[in-house]
Amino acid sequence: MNAKTRFALAVVLLGLLMTGPFLLTVGILYADLNEAQRVGFHEAMDRWLPIGGLMTVVGLILGLQLLRALFKQYVQGLSAMAETLRLMLGANRNFRVTLDGPPEVQELGRAANDLAQQRDALLADVEAQIGEAKASVEAEKNRLAALMSELAMGVVVCNLDGRILLYNNRARLQFVALAQGPTSMSGGALIGLGRSIFSILERAQVAHALENIRQRLQKGSTESVAHFITTTRTGQLLRAQMAPVLRTEAEGLAAGDDCRISGYVLTIENITKSFEREAQRDQVLQQLTDGSRAALGNIRAAVENLIESPDMEPAFRERFLGVIDDETKRMSERLGKTMNEFADSLKTRWPLEDVLGIDVVAAAQRRIEDRLKLATKSESLDDALWIRADSFTLIQAITFLASRLQDHYEIRELRFRLLAEGKMAFIDLIWSGTPVSSETLYTWELEPMHVAGEVSPLTLRDMAERHGGEIWYQRDKAAHRAYFRLVLPVAETPEMQHVESLPHARSESRPEYYDFDLFNFSDTRIDLDRKLTEVAYSVFDTETTGLEPSAGDEIIQIGAVRAINGRLLRQEVIDQIIDPRRPLRPEGIPIHGITEDMVRGQPTIDVVLPVFHEFCADTVLVAHNAAFDMRFLQLKQESTGLVFDQPVLDTLLLSAVIHPNQESHKLEAIAERLGINVIGRHTALGDAFVTGEVFLKMVPLLADMGIHTLREALAAAEQTYYARVKY
Amino acid sequence: MTKKILIVDDEPNIVISLEFMMKREGFEVATAADGDAALAQVAAFAPDLVLLDVMMPKKSGYEVCELLRADPARAGLRIVMLTAKGRETEVAKGIALGADAYVTKPFSTKDLVAQVKALLA
Repeated sequence: MNAKTRFALAVVLLGLLMTGPFLLTVGILYADLNEAQRVGFHEAMDRWLPIGGLMTVVGLILGLQLLRALFKQYVQGLSAMAETLRLMLGANRNFRVTLDGPPEVQELGRAANDLAQQRDALLADVEAQIGEAKASVEAEKNRLAALMSELAMGVVVCNLDGRILLYNNRARLQFVALAQGPTSMSGGALIGLGRSIFSILERAQVAHALENIRQRLQKGSTESVAHFITTTRTGQLLRAQMAPVLRTEAEGLAAGDDCRISGYVLTIENITKSFEREAQRDQVLQQLTDGSRAALGNIRAAVENLIESPDMEPAFRERFLGVIDDETKRMSERLGKTMNEFADSLKTRWPLEDVLGIDVVAAAQRRIEDRLKLATKSESLDDALWIRADSFTLIQAITFLASRLQDHYEIRELRFRLLAEGKMAFIDLIWSGTPVSSETLYTWELEPMHVAGEVSPLTLRDMAERHGGEIWYQRDKAAHRAYFRLVLPVAETPEMQHVESLPHARSESRPEYYDFDLFNFSDTRIDLDRKLTEVAYSVFDTETTGLEPSAGDEIIQIGAVRAINGRLLRQEVIDQIIDPRRPLRPEGIPIHGITEDMVRGQPTIDVVLPVFHEFCADTVLVAHNAAFDMRFLQLKQESTGLVFDQPVLDTLLLSAVIHPNQESHKLEAIAERLGINVIGRHTALGDAFVTGEVFLKMVPLLADMGIHTLREALAAAEQTYYARVKY
Repeated sequence: MTKKILIVDDEPNIVISLEFMMKREGFEVATAADGDAALAQVAAFAPDLVLLDVMMPKKSGYEVCELLRADPARAGLRIVMLTAKGRETEVAKGIALGADAYVTKPFSTKDLVAQVKALLA
């Protein structure tokens, strides 16, 4: 029964109460009267009824007014307050009850407002705490990521499905070196967030190591690290160490000990080189021992014959002497050759790293100026020279020499020169004035290096030997100058140098090498009912010679970038120009900016497509006007055997889904609508970046329209007008 | 009767010394420079003892040793392996393949002669 019906009922009841008793009394009285009295009564009624009726009606109206006022203040006032309270519970936390009406209602409103106040204070407190906790977790993540990226060892963290959750730069470099094909293109093809580690390591081997750890944990062993050595498809030798990531108590231990492992950390070292070096060293030893044995045996037999038979015929004596002469010569030659050939593998036992020569010189200069207050200058520094050195000891040695020169010869200035000659790098410390005697350097060479109270256990000689280097003193008489020359080995093509010159590797923001949210991600297959926010994407674009694939137009550039967990991973990319094996159309060159010169010598599509295919494995493809690009890929299916059968999302169609009334769905127009800065368009990778950004902005817009899953997005895209245009 | 010794080595510089030494000790000596020649010489010369180098062209000393031991007619033939390979594993292999002695270079000529004489006694 609603309030209005109740009010109507109350009105009827009031009318009955006001007239009922009176009418009843009149009825009883009337029944008791005789005929004559009834006539009198009729007369009286005729005269007094209008007044009595009027008074009754007025009374009724007054009663009605009173009832209405009470109803308004209590019933309707409380209903309005209930609505306000609902609002405060839900939509608008800051809303308050307006105090109004009779005192009892006002008091109730005041109490409700006080409760709301208390609730708000509590909520604000909880939110502040959550915010604080989040910030500290974020800071910790960042610290960890920064630390990892600086580690000199490759580190990869995986969950139990073998999905990569985190990796550092060194791991990426290692796997870039491992990737098949031209490295500029396969950079990151093997390693990537959310990708499977089993494309690099043997699944069985990883499983075996994990099983070992599990058993050890069950036995309560504290040594829960497993080691294994594995070879990659390209024949590289990797040494891996596996440590488990254990679930904390808070995350709950569901069914006993087995379930404690939630993932693992792999530290990976490419030992191919050191293994080769080890093998070389072995070979040297072998050559020196076994090779010498035979020669020595020959000599010894000849010598003993000569001794045993002093009366030997001259002809025999000549021959035996000839043997000795011959063998000693050959032995010396062999020794010389071995030393030459294997000099590198014999020397580098000390952990040396590849450093940029000018960095070392600059650091040494800073230290000398700082500690010794001695001015330094540079002349002719080779800024592209990489040396193999233990930079700490090297800088210490240079500072030590400078301090000796300052103490003993009172030099005012020290100049530096850095140059290379073949496999040797020279660091020269030059000064003018008093020449030093060679003996002085010999004594300095043998004393422990000490500078301003800091003493090293090493001597200059130790430093030189560690580096397989030398140090000497030379005079430049014409210029009245002298210098110490430190000789160090030149580094063989350092890997860092190469990678830094790669496009897009240098980015202002910190590289996105980790994503801990992936811990909860499992199952690499693409499930159409998975949410758009939980899918891994490969966003790509191609540049082509023309618009008609069926008329022989070919792909000349592929750019692709990975997107996962709402982020574009700008380090995980493919950026490759392709030789189309046909002349370019002159009208296309201004659009894509790729000239004949640029495609010449580049790999052909048969080489590039497998790499791209691997990059896209287990991900959803995203492209703008995807039908066009897919057509080109499909035409290659027959010749390469590679099928791109994963789901494809088209940003053009999705844009038509989101903004059906907009005129243009060109990439630039969409980017502008969604507020995305467009830089570097019309290279395949540049366009892939823009497409990726656009797509990531579209995902929440689609969600607002009730499109959450992959299946829903595909269906919605299919229904748009643009989907009907076919290539 | 003079005992016959076959010297098998591809290095003339050791062959010349061994030949001189063995002749001085009164043995009858023949030489061969590789594995195939060694087998031919064993058939033609019928030696009592073979001084056999391991590292040789065509057939290695191990192979020659194995082939000789596989021939029951030559059961009495003594084989001394001479080699620059001195690892325990290689010595073990030589003995396992049937060599009577395994001498690593450089060796003392006196000891070698003594060993040869002992084997032929």
